[in-house]
Amino acid sequence: MNGQAPVVEMTNISISFPGVKALDGVSFRMFPGEVHSLLGENGAGKSTLIKALTGVYPIDSGPTDSGEILLAGNRVSFAGPAQAQGAGISTVYQEVNLLGNLSVAENIMLGREPRRFGGIDWRATRRRALELLRGLHLDIDPGSLLGSHSLAVQQLVAIARAIDVNAKVLILDEPTSSLDADEVAELFRVIRELKAEGVAILFVSHFLDQVYEISDRLTVLRNGKLVGEYRTAEILRLDLVQKMIGKELAILDALERRIVEPGGGEDDEVPLLSATALGRKGSIAPVDLRIYTGEVVGLAGLLGSGRTELARILSGIDRPDSGALRIDGTPHRFRTPRSALARGVAYSSENRRAEGIVEDLTVRDNIVLALQADRGWFHPISRKRRDELAVSYIQALNIRPANPDAIVRNLSGGNQQKVLLARWLAVAPRLLILDEPTRGIDVGAKAEIQKLVVNLAENGMSVLFISAELEEVLRLSSRIAIMRDRRLVADIVNDDLTVDSLLAIIADGELTAVAR
Amino acid sequence: MSIDTSSAPVDAGRRLLGRVSSAFTSPKYGPVLVTLVLLVAVFLIGGSRYRGFVSGPVILNLFVDNAYLIVLAVGMTFVILTGGIDLSVGAVLALSTMIAASLLQSGWSASVVIPLILVLTSVLGLLVGLMIHVFKIQPFIATLAAMFLARGLCYVISKDSISITDPVFVGLAQTRISLGGRLSITASVVIALLVVLAAFLVLHYSRLGRTVYAIGGGEQSGMLMGLPVARTKVLVYVISGFCSGLAGVLFTFYTLSGYSLTAVGTELDAIAAVVIGGTLLTGGYGFVLGSVLGVLVLGTIQTIITFEGTLSSWWTRIFIGALLLVFIVLQKVLTARRR
Repeated sequence: MNGQAPVVEMTNISISFPGVKALDGVSFRMFPGEVHSLLGENGAGKSTLIKALTGVYPIDSGPTDSGEILLAGNRVSFAGPAQAQGAGISTVYQEVNLLGNLSVAENIMLGREPRRFGGIDWRATRRRALELLRGLHLDIDPGSLLGSHSLAVQQLVAIARAIDVNAKVLILDEPTSSLDADEVAELFRVIRELKAEGVAILFVSHFLDQVYEISDRLTVLRNGKLVGEYRTAEILRLDLVQKMIGKELAILDALERRIVEPGGGEDDEVPLLSATALGRKGSIAPVDLRIYTGEVVGLAGLLGSGRTELARILSGIDRPDSGALRIDGTPHRFRTPRSALARGVAYSSENRRAEGIVEDLTVRDNIVLALQADRGWFHPISRKRRDELAVSYIQALNIRPANPDAIVRNLSGGNQQKVLLARWLAVAPRLLILDEPTRGIDVGAKAEIQKLVVNLAENGMSVLFISAELEEVLRLSSRIAIMRDRRLVADIVNDDLTVDSLLAIIADGELTAVAR
Repeated sequence: MSIDTSSAPVDAGRRLLGRVSSAFTSPKYGPVLVTLVLLVAVFLIGGSRYRGFVSGPVILNLFVDNAYLIVLAVGMTFVILTGGIDLSVGAVLALSTMIAASLLQSGWSASVVIPLILVLTSVLGLLVGLMIHVFKIQPFIATLAAMFLARGLCYVISKDSISITDPVFVGLAQTRISLGGRLSITASVVIALLVVLAAFLVLHYSRLGRTVYAIGGGEQSGMLMGLPVARTKVLVYVISGFCSGLAGVLFTFYTLSGYSLTAVGTELDAIAAVVIGGTLLTGGYGFVLGSVLGVLVLGTIQTIITFEGTLSSWWTRIFIGALLLVFIVLQKVLTARRR
């Protein structure tokens, strides 16, 4: 800006993985003292571009990779993240990449500890860590184990670490996805301070509000190609979204709020699933919940309110220690996810990478996995049938690349989520519990998944839809259950609910009585 | 006033109790503390059954008899902290006793032989580490290969036991360093304790040591944090190789011979000592001092069985097996509760 030379200039970057062209001739630049947002759908190439800049994917390693990176005018080629950090580029990754087995102070200072008499000076290390934590207004003991803190605190610790590396360029990859509003404000304060000091900040987020609030300029990528670079103040939100998803917004509009007729009204209908006083000590207080055939029940609440815990009990992962669970009116006890599946209850975890997809298998193998497990290993699915299944789900869910042999590790987050969905759809469950299926996913893929949920319900499948995004829950659900502080505080029919009324219930569970 | 004075100690007591209980259930300190309690308990059991069990000479003899195992366990601690395993240590120990015995027999000087052994076993460790790092071979397989290699080389040197008559070795074997009264230790004990001290300093006060813990906590994270993960992963096998060589030298001080069949299964004793000492097999948590406690627990059980006289020495194995099971379950419980 204002005539300065860019601190980072990447030209014509191309990077390929087996079966995927992740980046295709992308150019990107950043100026000192600016916040620059990198936008695009999942699979647009944002993560790859960041990893190219931080040396995780060295440009000259592959035969199909090409491009040039200039840092402060000098050509650089990083062989690894250590070199990039040494040159002043530090990164806070989307999944917190710190070490739970070490102390907070160590996580901040590891590799740069002050030394005395040839050994690490622990007192100085702790003091420096404490200063950095104070700079972020984070009041925790630097000597405590990192693993004992919440994800949000861990995220701030990661930022404290990045700040200490005396960064010229600070890359924040989805830094706000696990933070609440206050913590986001805190983070933005820190970002503005760093910006005033002349640090160039690369900000990646799916929250457009935050992008508009914090960034000066933005670069949009789509399908591994550069769409353009814009000043934030000069581009309308609608235009921006269009550039990101590259098609008319019709796809979002087409998904008009459609409420499946709530089946809960009639007394004679037996619910598909009914839980009475179902609880687990140290997890959630006893819960009463009914889900009828063909309805979408939304499960809302803050992070840590017990949403996932409830889902895990309903799907047989954790065992309840009180209450009863009935399927079609018959009592059942799910001891394992397998016994829940046998009754048609499938759970798709919020933790996509650890509890969902198998990263090193192909798209095809991931899709047929649950179905194969359901049939038993002595009844293998024929190759032909597997191919048919894979191809049909790739088409139905618009999985990209449309290649059954692609390794799932190389797919973008949104496409991995679709593969995971396909896996559960393949076993044709009666109740599908979706835990945060759209988290970290771009607008286009999100709309596709939402549409899919509505279609599934129309075809008679019940869905328990868990999401932190209230708009989404409101749009899809015929009924909304709300968790607060590990208890179910409301179960309301969604006819004239708004985000504000939901927020009111989440904030103080007292509206329960009124709503009922 | 009276309420104040009575409730303050109660509060303090409760707080202390809280801290003690949280230390015992922490994945970091819990297993080590349990081992310490266990060691004391085993000792008291021995003391209550046999006169003269809890005495200076018995305790010091634990160190004398197990100096080589302490050194092995130190090397193994580095490896296990990174989440790896080294099955070759017993065979490498045997190999270094063989090299020592045969070279000394052909007239080499002890001042050449000992450094040579340490260099050779470190190089073997380096090769294993490179195999693991460069070719991404499981540590289990790579060190299994090294184990067979080292054991095989023992037989190439000689099938028979070779006794050592070198004056330096004999001198080191027989010298007792007096600690006053009837108490004395050997040079091996001093060396072993120096190794423990060095390992402690490296693990807790050097970047190498912290990187070892970081690799155990999350290799990928460590790499993204810019730590020298690759170099450190190779280096822990060099350290383990060096420790195996040194343990071999200490073992020759103890037995004054080299023999191909020596120390069969000792790698498993070392692993057992490390695990009982509270180091998590998955890496990331543990202390070298814990491993020393682990060796002492094994040694004490051995001593009790010797005192008993009528029991076969295989009972040691049975007790070690049972203890190992208990500790692995304990570690599982501790880490699961903290999730």
